[in-house]
Amino acid sequence: MLSSEERLRSLLVRGLAGDSSAYHAFLRELTAHLRAFLRKRLARLPEEVEDLVQESLLAVHIQRHTYDPGRPLTAWVYALARYKLIDLLRRRSRTDLFNDPLDEESQVFVASDTEACDARRDVAKLLEALPERQRLPIIHVKLEGLSVAETARRTGMSESAVKVGVHRGLKALAAKIRDSS
Amino acid sequence: MKTDDLVTLLATGTEAVDAKAPTRRYLTAVTLGTVVATSLVAGLLGIRPALLHDALEPMFLVKEAFCAALSAVALVAVARLSRPGVRLGLVPVVGLAAPVLAMWVLAAVALLATAPQNRVDLVLGQTAGVCPFLIALVSIPVFAAMVWTMRGLAPTRLRLAGAAGGLAAGAIGALVYSLHCPELAAPFLAIWYVLGMLIPAAVGAWVGPRMLRW
Repeated sequence: MLSSEERLRSLLVRGLAGDSSAYHAFLRELTAHLRAFLRKRLARLPEEVEDLVQESLLAVHIQRHTYDPGRPLTAWVYALARYKLIDLLRRRSRTDLFNDPLDEESQVFVASDTEACDARRDVAKLLEALPERQRLPIIHVKLEGLSVAETARRTGMSESAVKVGVHRGLKALAAKIRDSS
Repeated sequence: MKTDDLVTLLATGTEAVDAKAPTRRYLTAVTLGTVVATSLVAGLLGIRPALLHDALEPMFLVKEAFCAALSAVALVAVARLSRPGVRLGLVPVVGLAAPVLAMWVLAAVALLATAPQNRVDLVLGQTAGVCPFLIALVSIPVFAAMVWTMRGLAPTRLRLAGAAGGLAAGAIGALVYSLHCPELAAPFLAIWYVLGMLIPAAVGAWVGPRMLRW
């Protein structure tokens, strides 16, 4: 536990300094931890796990500036994941109070790892619904891996507009994810 | 989209994160909010002409210290509540309770030292009817600054964060309002100033879960 805290923390700290391969490794490893954490706590709602893993990852990314490297990473990640979990449970208790799955027992062996990896909600579809000034920067910079300068040339946007578009677009995406479940 | 693809998307093209940006944003917001609140007092209510004279009174310094201490502690509480995984801790709670308790003790002493027929005047002063509302009014720009700051961070206990933001706004509002306010009696401050700070705190607790959600 301690070693994974240390390793993840050093990966994130390097990621925050601009090392995107360290950041990629951080997110990959974090995903497994988040999935295990959320699966345990969403035993009654297994179909929500992968969606919440994705929502939490997006939250971690959007809120990464709120991590203080002087403090334990575990506490930060736990607080984020717990917040997203409670948010989901609140939403659900409002909408499907009477829609509790009753066939839980028969579900016990159904949920394997690969099945859980399919989120019900498609982030790619939600991405398409974003306005162009946010969608294009995300597609070029985040999906196609173009530089900000290259994206600015192709879209005719300024470089700062591209950066703002990525940032606001991911936030808008998180809001859409929240509202769609 | 598969989770692995989302991870790749998030990690692609990331740039260095400016670790000092949140603190800068917070300080900018508080400063701007306070400046707007001060111009609100100067323009709408007027700075008290006898302010310089008051400044020599020990009770004036007590009043300023009271508001300043509560402002500082509430600002610390907001900063802590805005970062996931940072505990509020006992320090802000004690730091908020201590000045209020001290002011109540001062108020009790002042009331006991006053003849019974004059006590009501000491409590009500000349402006008890408007004081809490004017403090709440003056705190509005600071309140907006608090909400803006917290929305740029990630509070996880929204009602508490909203209350802390409202309290910080109220305490700074009271500090700024004291440029106009003629009251110096401890019993007055112990009731009406505290009430004026609690109005934005209550509003913050009320709107926090909606306005601060992320």
